[in-house]
Amino acid sequence: MGIISRGFGGRRRDSSPDLPPGQYLTHDFPVLSAGPTPRIPLDRWQFSIVTETGDKHTWNWDEFTALPAEEITVDIHCVTKWSKLGTGWKGVSLDTLLEDVESAADYAMAHSYGGYTTNVPVEDLLDGKAWIAYEFDGEPLHPEHGGPARLLIPHLYFWKSAKWVNGLRMMPEDEPGFWEAAGYHMYGDPWSEQRYHGD
Amino acid sequence: MELDGNSLAGDLREVFAADMTGVIFTCAGCGHAGAVATLRVWEPAPGLVGRCPNCEDPVLRLVRTPDRVFLCLTGATRLEMRLETDT
Amino acid sequence: MKNRRINWRVATVADARWETSSARTLVLDVPDWPGHLPGQHVDIRLTAEDGYSAQRSYSIASAWSEGGRVELTVQRLADGEVSPYLTDVVEKGDQLELRGPVGGWFVWREKQPAPVLLIGGGSGVVPLMAMIRARGQVRGRQPFRLIYSVRTPEDACYADELRRRVRDDPGLDVHFVYTRKAPEGWPVPPKRIDVATINSHGWPPDFQPDCFVCGPTSFVETAADILVALGHDPTKIRTERFGGA
Repeated sequence: MGIISRGFGGRRRDSSPDLPPGQYLTHDFPVLSAGPTPRIPLDRWQFSIVTETGDKHTWNWDEFTALPAEEITVDIHCVTKWSKLGTGWKGVSLDTLLEDVESAADYAMAHSYGGYTTNVPVEDLLDGKAWIAYEFDGEPLHPEHGGPARLLIPHLYFWKSAKWVNGLRMMPEDEPGFWEAAGYHMYGDPWSEQRYHGD
Repeated sequence: MELDGNSLAGDLREVFAADMTGVIFTCAGCGHAGAVATLRVWEPAPGLVGRCPNCEDPVLRLVRTPDRVFLCLTGATRLEMRLETDT
Repeated sequence: MKNRRINWRVATVADARWETSSARTLVLDVPDWPGHLPGQHVDIRLTAEDGYSAQRSYSIASAWSEGGRVELTVQRLADGEVSPYLTDVVEKGDQLELRGPVGGWFVWREKQPAPVLLIGGGSGVVPLMAMIRARGQVRGRQPFRLIYSVRTPEDACYADELRRRVRDDPGLDVHFVYTRKAPEGWPVPPKRIDVATINSHGWPPDFQPDCFVCGPTSFVETAADILVALGHDPTKIRTERFGGA
């Protein structure tokens, strides 16, 4: 840690005993992005799940939004140390999407329009732990926050909640996605502070 | 906010013993060659990504922890640097 | 300049002065400063008491002389996290964590013989001013032209100094572009930088000038595109994007 800068407070934030280690509470919703924001027209949007045997399940926007959806309120934790509590989303549970998918794979690679990828154990997508979210705070999800739809896995660091998601590829072995290959942790549990490889 | 590879100068200088912004990369995606200073960099992000100004593929990814730096250069097929004595 | 890894070091604010109502120059004492080239920048890191930290890059405004201080000109951004602290809170005697000098590509070196075209938008003028000051210091003979785009005359940094330098040095030319409000009697209405301006106030491409373009991202892209369209060699155009609009 560097010298303390007299009178510097930075953006509004609080500390709170309910946060994972090293996190600060924020009241805004920072936008982090490692590239240009993709703009996907809804009539071209699709979401696919491809199994390890090559079976493909695809939904277009109408089919996707016709699926049973849930409204959920969750806390989210970014690896850059901000946390936002009580965020409201609407999305389709991965339990619903994976219901008819036959796969023995233990891992999945989520991929997004624009090329982003992130890996996650299938176990962490099931049992009410993950969604493909298309509304935030009662409004359609804005492109800068990942709209039309993003992966939402609140129990892991938020880089795992891939913005602009367009599919899952089931894989038998774990492989690193975009940030994992660059040095971030393969799993990313905020409560164990698994930020970087080797943590 | 979109910046360029000049903004990577400090982090790269901490890792390498010389300025890296003048180093010429060749993009593994499209073959374009240019100075690291011309990479497109978006921030804030969980790490620094320098993208090819021609095809936007990530050429360089840099992640800092309190005591380590990870540098991923798989997006560059090679780097070319002049051996100069100043800077 | 020693070829070894650099680290963060602590600088002390020795002085400060306002360039405009929203841009402030900080004069820093940096122990063991190795010297710097015009165009280089530093990274400034601020740390709050709870350990939260924020970091930004600022171009060095001053030319370097042996034993000299380092000057940064900081433009206050309305929604900025670091710049308002540097313009409105920092006082003489305060300490700042600093890393630098860094950046060896967006740099003017006095051994380059070509005429130089500098195009700056807003705070993008800062590294270009370091180049003008360095040229003045070494009495460089390469002719320099600066095209400096600002919103209003009140937003122009270094206005008096630029006027004086132009008056005293026939090899330096400065042309202002006013995008929102021009001075009384200005021959054209306010407008953004365009082909006509760069064509009239830049160097012809067959002079093969070294071009340096700095400022907000969209300004840099516009100006660089115009230079290429006018026939300038892209390999002689160096750009530095400051983010923002």
